[in-house]
Amino acid sequence: MQPSDKTALLSSHVRAEIDHWVAKFPEGRQRSAVIGALHAVQHENGGFLTPELMEAVAAYLGLPAIQVFEVASFYSMFETRPVGRHSVSVCTNISCMLCGGEQLLAHVEKHLGITVGQSTPDGRIFLKKEEECLAACTGAPMIMVDHRFYENVTPARAVEILDALE
Amino acid sequence: MSQDKCTIQVNGVEVEARPGQMLIEVTDAVDAYVPRFCYHTKLSVAANCRMCLVEVENAPKPMPACATPVAPGMKVHTRSRRAIDAQRATMEFLLINHPLDCPICDQGGECELQDLALGFGRGISRFSERKRVVRDKDIGPLISTDMTRCIHCTRCVRFTQEIAGFQELGTIGRGDRVEISPYIERSVNHELSGNIIDLCPVGALNSKPFRFSARAWELVQRPLVAGHDGLGSRILAHVMNGKVKRVVPEACEDINETWAADRDRFSYEGLYAADRLTQPQLRGSDGWRTVSWGEALDAVAAGLQRANGNALAALVSPSTTLEEGYLLQRLLAHMGSANIDHRLRRRDFREQDQEVEVPWLGMPVAAVEELDQVLVIGSNIRKEVPLLAHRLRKAALRGAGVGFVNPARYPMLFPVADAMVGSVEDFWLQLAVLVRAAAEGSQQPAGLAQLLDIAPAPEERHHRAVARLREGKRAAVFLGHIALRHPRFADIDALAAALARLTGATLGYVPEGANSVGLSLAGVLPHREAGGRPRAQAGANAASIVRAAPAGLILYGVEPDHDCAGGSALQRSAEDGRFVVAFSAFQGKSLQSLADVLLPVSTYFETEGTLVNISGQWQSFAAAAQPPGETRPGWKVLRVLGERLAVPRFDYAAVDAIAAEVRELAGDRLPDTLARQRPAPVAAPVSAGLSSTDLDVPMYQLDALLRRASALQQTEDGLAGLAPVEGRRTA
Ligand code: SF4
Ligand code: FES
Ligand code: FES
Repeated sequence: MQPSDKTALLSSHVRAEIDHWVAKFPEGRQRSAVIGALHAVQHENGGFLTPELMEAVAAYLGLPAIQVFEVASFYSMFETRPVGRHSVSVCTNISCMLCGGEQLLAHVEKHLGITVGQSTPDGRIFLKKEEECLAACTGAPMIMVDHRFYENVTPARAVEILDALE
Repeated sequence: MSQDKCTIQVNGVEVEARPGQMLIEVTDAVDAYVPRFCYHTKLSVAANCRMCLVEVENAPKPMPACATPVAPGMKVHTRSRRAIDAQRATMEFLLINHPLDCPICDQGGECELQDLALGFGRGISRFSERKRVVRDKDIGPLISTDMTRCIHCTRCVRFTQEIAGFQELGTIGRGDRVEISPYIERSVNHELSGNIIDLCPVGALNSKPFRFSARAWELVQRPLVAGHDGLGSRILAHVMNGKVKRVVPEACEDINETWAADRDRFSYEGLYAADRLTQPQLRGSDGWRTVSWGEALDAVAAGLQRANGNALAALVSPSTTLEEGYLLQRLLAHMGSANIDHRLRRRDFREQDQEVEVPWLGMPVAAVEELDQVLVIGSNIRKEVPLLAHRLRKAALRGAGVGFVNPARYPMLFPVADAMVGSVEDFWLQLAVLVRAAAEGSQQPAGLAQLLDIAPAPEERHHRAVARLREGKRAAVFLGHIALRHPRFADIDALAAALARLTGATLGYVPEGANSVGLSLAGVLPHREAGGRPRAQAGANAASIVRAAPAGLILYGVEPDHDCAGGSALQRSAEDGRFVVAFSAFQGKSLQSLADVLLPVSTYFETEGTLVNISGQWQSFAAAAQPPGETRPGWKVLRVLGERLAVPRFDYAAVDAIAAEVRELAGDRLPDTLARQRPAPVAAPVSAGLSSTDLDVPMYQLDALLRRASALQQTEDGLAGLAPVEGRRTA
């Protein structure tokens, strides 16, 4: 159904990564490799997915494009519209909330001049939407920057971390 | 009691069931109603709406009947306090985000949610927060969306995945943000996609052409048979004030199951095309003039009598009813002509006397899904007969091997066992290779030496294809529209018959039009009378009629430039002394330039009549809609004309008498497709420059009604038909 030239967007590195995931599952179950494939593609594309890239993944795996979009839109770790380079999450779930997570978020928003779900105009930082418990309650309040956890974060420390981002 | 049966209790009554069967099947069988949204007998179980919760004794919580397997001794309550409470709670949740827009919703009055809300909903809502709103998706010209109404039962998603065969819709997002959507900005294009309108239990997916044009309770439902392919799908026309407002399928397991192809569902729009012919028209020296039926028929009678005899010919649409076809051929025979044909897109008539009297499927439609090995020759089957392709797909998913010999690799949406592809002119050589492979080690089939000699040597894949056909307990070889329209049909036919014989497969044909089997039985053929006996003196076939431009020509439901092979060659020059009468529902440019008289006759929506499907099922129906203006059913027009021409025994009082007469002549059985030995023809085929659209006619260009169905024309398949294709000969 899909002409194979749709996969032309995928780099050889991404293809190797997808193949690695496909190999983990039984023959004919390449649908299971969608999450791994999307991670690889999103990483290489600077933090977000495009319709063309999702279609490329679908074509590469021999799946209907909608099945890839279903996965990409389901998981909060995938961004399906252009966002800033660095993904920043401020946890506001219960432990963090009790320890000042909400004030922390308000401070970060003010410092960056954007609200959750938005990216800074220079494309540097993406403030992720309503992050739920990231399983670091012992160090609440916490923030996550590009998959790295920072615990017991004060507003001043948060600003320091953000300003250090390129 | 045998192993595969057990007893359970439903509402205190002992019922027999199969262990492992879903509870809802058992409760349905004993009429213990369980409400449901996501469950559908033709789809996989999703169990995501939770409307079907019932009480099962000793289970800790209410169980979904659609996803709870029967276990021996189970005690089920569908109406207990606990069951009803669970059902009511589900309903309350479903209604939280459902808009209260029933008064402006097309589904209102025929909505499963509305019905069940009446039975299981509360009088007032306890929800005072904001309801969620979902942006509508544009999924194409056929289906309207109001996605805020969606209850996420996923019936539509499962349909595209499981029945259509390519998932075009999915659930995006999650939790309370979930939405049904196609891939980003994509439309839904499958040729069966309209069925999701019926499947959607709420008003989220509705018919776009029908939108806001009537309320369900204003419509009268009239059963008829779809008139665009040979399957004979049962449909229901929903009519208001004599006008067809929409078409839905009627359940008929033997033929169309519960589905309708988009072609049959949306073709009715063509009925109200701007160029609909509503009054008889006569061409005079100063152009067209509207006349009375009397004057028109006088002119026709005079014109036909002038031509008379062998100079008279008729081209008949392959979707014409049995009765019209039979009367027309009797009328022509009375005037001394056998020049009549419905095989309008065929190019090769060299061996028509050797062909089976009635090309038909060779088996019931439903038997196709039971086949275990199939080879389809010359057919873009999904576009030719969509619901037959669906049966083939079911067979393939069950494990049957389905292969193709075709001029292109048509996407099939099921695993294809072998695809042997060649050029438009020569793809049939692959079939010759198969026959060579099949004949190895045994005697070469008689009379095919010439063809087999020019075929290349069989390769491994050919041997494999032959082997699988041989192994099949129920194997079939089918010839589709492309094969029938091919300039070397006679060779293809002889080879296919040889292959079927050598492998023990059944041979079947998929002829075009809604009634080609019926018209063959009714004698709408130049070489055979009604009932199939050869005519003493064969008349001219469709291709010769087009070439010869006879002095007297009847066009019956035909626009030659679109409907006949090489039809644009048929031209008129002023005062050429010829006489052409068109029986037609439409004026059309080509008819206006070709004809002397235009007679407005009914489409299949507006006439009573009989269509015989490709499996030989006779289906009669009554008129569903009011013919516009002075339009009359064709059989009545022919009867009056016949009386004017003094055809004996032509005063049929009712349409059934005509069908009964054909039935008498034709009998109940269709001929064995392999009864005759068919050597390859000796004469050379007519050479014709072919393009692939000559053979693979776009699916919404097949007949006059479809060409005027505006929504269908805007679909991908419709636009493909309008795109200028190199070498295409339609005007
Ligand atoms: S659109 Fe209709 S059929 Fe599809 S999930 Fe929603 S309610 Fe079900
Ligand atoms: S609540 Fe913030 S990490 Fe658990
Ligand atoms: S019908 Fe059983 S859960 Fe939907």
